[in-house]
Amino acid sequence: MKKGWLMICLGIAAISLIIVPPTAVFAQGKGPIKIGFISPLSGGMAANGKDMLTGIELYLEEIGYQAAGRKIELLVEDDEANPATGLTKTRKLVEKDGVHLMTGGLMASTAYALAPYIDSKEIPTTYPIMAADDITQRKIPKWIIRTGWASSQPHQPFGEYAYNVLKFRKVSVIAYDFAFGWECVGGFQKVFEDSGGKVLQKIWVPLTAQDFSPYLAQISKDADAVFAVFSGRLTIQFTKQYKEFGLKAKIPLIGGGTVTDEHALPSMGDEAIGIITPLHYSEVLDNPANKKFVKAFREKVKKAASYYSEGTYTGARWIVEAIKAINGDVENRGKFMDALRKVDLKDVPRGPMKLDNYGNPIQNIYIRKVEKKGGELQNTVIHTYPMVSQFWKYKAEEFLKQPVYSREYPPLKP
Amino acid sequence: MIEFLLVQTLNGLSFGALLFLLASGLSLIYGVMKIVNIAHGSYFMLGAYIGLSVILRTKSFVLGAFAGGLAVGAVGLVMERGFLRKFPLRALPQMMITLGFALVFRDLALLIWGGDPYTLPCPEFLKGSTQIYKIIFPIYRLFVIGVATVVAVSLWLFNDKTLIGAKLRAAVDDHEMAGGVGLNVPLISGCMFGLGAFLAAFGGVIGGPIFGVYPGLDFELLSLAFVVVIVGGRGSLKGSAVGSILVGLVDNFGKALVPELSYFTLFAPMAIIVAVKPKGLFGRD
Repeated sequence: MKKGWLMICLGIAAISLIIVPPTAVFAQGKGPIKIGFISPLSGGMAANGKDMLTGIELYLEEIGYQAAGRKIELLVEDDEANPATGLTKTRKLVEKDGVHLMTGGLMASTAYALAPYIDSKEIPTTYPIMAADDITQRKIPKWIIRTGWASSQPHQPFGEYAYNVLKFRKVSVIAYDFAFGWECVGGFQKVFEDSGGKVLQKIWVPLTAQDFSPYLAQISKDADAVFAVFSGRLTIQFTKQYKEFGLKAKIPLIGGGTVTDEHALPSMGDEAIGIITPLHYSEVLDNPANKKFVKAFREKVKKAASYYSEGTYTGARWIVEAIKAINGDVENRGKFMDALRKVDLKDVPRGPMKLDNYGNPIQNIYIRKVEKKGGELQNTVIHTYPMVSQFWKYKAEEFLKQPVYSREYPPLKP
Repeated sequence: MIEFLLVQTLNGLSFGALLFLLASGLSLIYGVMKIVNIAHGSYFMLGAYIGLSVILRTKSFVLGAFAGGLAVGAVGLVMERGFLRKFPLRALPQMMITLGFALVFRDLALLIWGGDPYTLPCPEFLKGSTQIYKIIFPIYRLFVIGVATVVAVSLWLFNDKTLIGAKLRAAVDDHEMAGGVGLNVPLISGCMFGLGAFLAAFGGVIGGPIFGVYPGLDFELLSLAFVVVIVGGRGSLKGSAVGSILVGLVDNFGKALVPELSYFTLFAPMAIIVAVKPKGLFGRD
């Protein structure tokens, strides 16, 4: 008797599966446009992840979660800064929630981990932050464009700036030991050495380092400057210890864009003053769109606006422009993807931007110097390289013949 | 070259000093109760968080250090009295309880302090750097070495020269016999557990201006503390001190000289020591 009941229950369950269509099918009508978003909301990278979430929410609030006459629904998942978790959560958003577009993600490693899955599911996707070079260089996915930046993009012009303007000849490098660090360093080293400079040494520091003292002691005394790449808690500790061990007084500190980004800058003290870094954004950029964004952001969360929050704010604008261009017909994925590639914005906080043929933005790169104004540290822009491509001044075809920047490439010169 | 050796030795010592504060409690707890306390790294992290909150409100680093230590010490006491006591000398249930607490503490910390990384403010009079021979070294790190030395000497005096210390040693040496001659072993155990938690949390606040405090700190340091305990010998105070200095120095020189092999340079000597002396350098049965 018991067995009979079980069979009936199973039978009902099976029938209901057939006659009740999954949510994804409902969305084919004129339901809301679903945007899937992942970022680390817990763990060591949570501060950056939350900035990203605030950025996208801020823009969607501005337009009342509405575009081309359709409601927009934002579905948020925590990827814990772990590529495997990022992939699992993306699967959930795509397969269970049936999102029309995926965006978000922080770590370069996550960028590479998601790409094959995104392509297999043909889901239009934007990367507003994840900067892994090869996503728009040698391993271009069909269904992903970038509205952020390529890791090496700001650091290539900075290599020239360090040689020509700052007059550095010999530079020591200390950076993160994973794809993001390698690519930032690679871009800087390539152009700095092509300009005539020399990188003396490259010290790689694991993401899990608790203390910089063993690494700081290795920095060569012959260096004209130290080029560093860190972010989050590590950049706060690094700049502090760089001063404590007496290096700031001896060797000028320059670095990757995230070293003095506004996500970390307010937690730093006067040790940060004078550090020069390049990036496609600074909170103090003088244009109306940025002023409006910074004011709204600071009112919403009572903290400085970082490039992470500008990245997802502008990224959301980019997505919405594409939705408008196709009158909200996001179910036609091919059309949606084409529209995403064609967006061209002149008035976003970071300045003008448009995509190159490889899906990476061409945009201004700002050389910034940390100054203290009105009691607050800020990234004052001291030079602007207008409309910089990810290939800098090199020909794309030539550039793509060299391997992607890595731990070993470019090698140290003898 | 001398400069390099000097600065790395000082670095190694200051790191070892912090490890000692963490590992001495872990080692004593194992010695007396045979508990493998997975939550010990969490004490370090919780101490730093509580210390941070207190320092931000009172502007007093000393107050923060003791508040963090005492609060977490009380938590340790409750854990032992309320939970671990129910499973005396049963390694597996005890370990699972401490693991459960470690996970609870991790999520609780995330809930209360959020995911942002913080650095504890260094006390004003210890800010800055000093010149030793030709090198520049942060004063605070020298202070850390001093604090750990004071703690180590006090613990040694307490352990070797006082009556309570003698009882403690008796409990470490032979649990049942100590109980048999009329010592209140459960009480000694409870106090031991509380003291271990206090030391770890105190270390967390002292280490705060160097390591900072962030989610994940708990388990990162726990593995190093276990290396110290295994190398030094379980239950031995001398072992914790020597083990901490050794691990601090090896870890620092490893990272400085062969950064690619920094895990190897730490764990290979440990494997050799354990192979030659399975009880660790100063361990007894």
